[in-house]
Amino acid sequence: MSRTRIVITGIGLTAPNGNNLQEFRNSLLEKKSGIKMKDVRYMGEYPAGLCEFDETKYQKKKARRRGTRAGSIAIYCANEALVDSKIDFEAVDKSRVGVFLGITEHGNVETEEEIYQLHQNDLNVDLWSHHHNPRTVSNSPAGEVNLNLKITGPHFTIGSACAGGNMGLIHGAQQLMLGEVDFAFAGGVSESAQTFGIFAAFKAQGALAVNEDPTKASRPMDRDRNGIVISEGGCIYTLERLEDAQKRGAKIYGEIVGYAYNTDATDFVLPNTERQVECMEMALKKAQISKESVNIVNMHATGTKAGDINEALAVRTMFDDCENTYVNFTKGHIGHAMGAAGALELAGNLPSFNDHLVHPGMNLENMDPECAMKNLVGDKPVELEKVDTILNNSFGMLGINSSVIIKKY
Amino acid sequence: MTAEEVKQVVLDIISDVAPDEEVSDINSAESLRDQLDLDSMDFLDIVMELRKRHSVEVPSEDYPRLATLDSCVEYLTPKM
Repeated sequence: MSRTRIVITGIGLTAPNGNNLQEFRNSLLEKKSGIKMKDVRYMGEYPAGLCEFDETKYQKKKARRRGTRAGSIAIYCANEALVDSKIDFEAVDKSRVGVFLGITEHGNVETEEEIYQLHQNDLNVDLWSHHHNPRTVSNSPAGEVNLNLKITGPHFTIGSACAGGNMGLIHGAQQLMLGEVDFAFAGGVSESAQTFGIFAAFKAQGALAVNEDPTKASRPMDRDRNGIVISEGGCIYTLERLEDAQKRGAKIYGEIVGYAYNTDATDFVLPNTERQVECMEMALKKAQISKESVNIVNMHATGTKAGDINEALAVRTMFDDCENTYVNFTKGHIGHAMGAAGALELAGNLPSFNDHLVHPGMNLENMDPECAMKNLVGDKPVELEKVDTILNNSFGMLGINSSVIIKKY
Repeated sequence: MTAEEVKQVVLDIISDVAPDEEVSDINSAESLRDQLDLDSMDFLDIVMELRKRHSVEVPSEDYPRLATLDSCVEYLTPKM
């Protein structure tokens, strides 16, 4: 059965080390960190990845005041993607446009702030904001994009922990395949670095990265890693059916040829290597390609002891006998952008289709022997003869796994 | 507070609630909603800020008293 072909025609992003694809890509190649110290409420200074984009480039101050940081990130990314796509959006039927964004969580930032204010106001609930509900409903970041761009088609977020970025992209593709929409904004966003609760919970779990030098704090696969650096960010793609993109002569970044998602069903937080392998295998099967044809695998690699070891084993199991498959990771540069991570990390690798460079990881100074693998790009960029296929992994709590495969078009 | 001080309080709150608007051009006798991009959520914000900053309660039946800058001053001055 032939499948509807879906392509990426625009990219908008904000990361701790870049506010567009070119800046982000350069930072990855040059190993420019986006991690700084942040004063976390009640906790003191911790390394975190914060984005420095212009919130009012596409949004009025009042809309920003009413909405959320995640919504603001989404509006910036969606507008940047739209500009990049060069589509005549005025002429597009807005009822046939959809917005599908992966999130790890949403509402912690707003709830924490309201409770903080409640305590400042002697627990007077009469001063609780009427904005609390529209800010914290889980569709909020996607709905803010629809409000901003006057899109009347569907919008929703896909709650999928740290697999969110991949899952948003997959859902966008599926909505196009189903014929529910003709143009999709799809990806992931996160405002999690603005909370204290997520920092405190990772600290309690023994999984929050600490380092006197914030740029050294996120060090996946390194022997001396000590946890996750929490970051905010966003990456939204414009997706179209191949024939629609061709008809309007759109620039095509790549084709979503395969994807898969499954569940460990074994633990709330600990990963499961076997299910991760299954997920990658299913994505390859859907893409109808051999594992040998994958040129780059981007690991989820968060910098936790267990997470990196389990995923390294999964990637070795899959690709150890593949001479031409190279492996990299992104969180050393930008920390863990949570719901945005999958979409951002994929974007960081897409320029490889043209420049054939595999960007390196960062802070991999002493390889953890349990993470060691062939063709891991941890030090400096590697130039390949060609890059045609990228596999992007994103995994999350409650055992959610996702893999996306993009092919050069 | 004097009427002039109450007027400034209201203008300060409107500036915060509607940061894209230029409040210095407001005609005090004309409807605020006709001059500014204010909706019902903004009026709830104004009421909330009066409660927070000045402990002034504005019951919902009195919301029409906040229609113009002049009517705001007339209504709020005895309360502040």
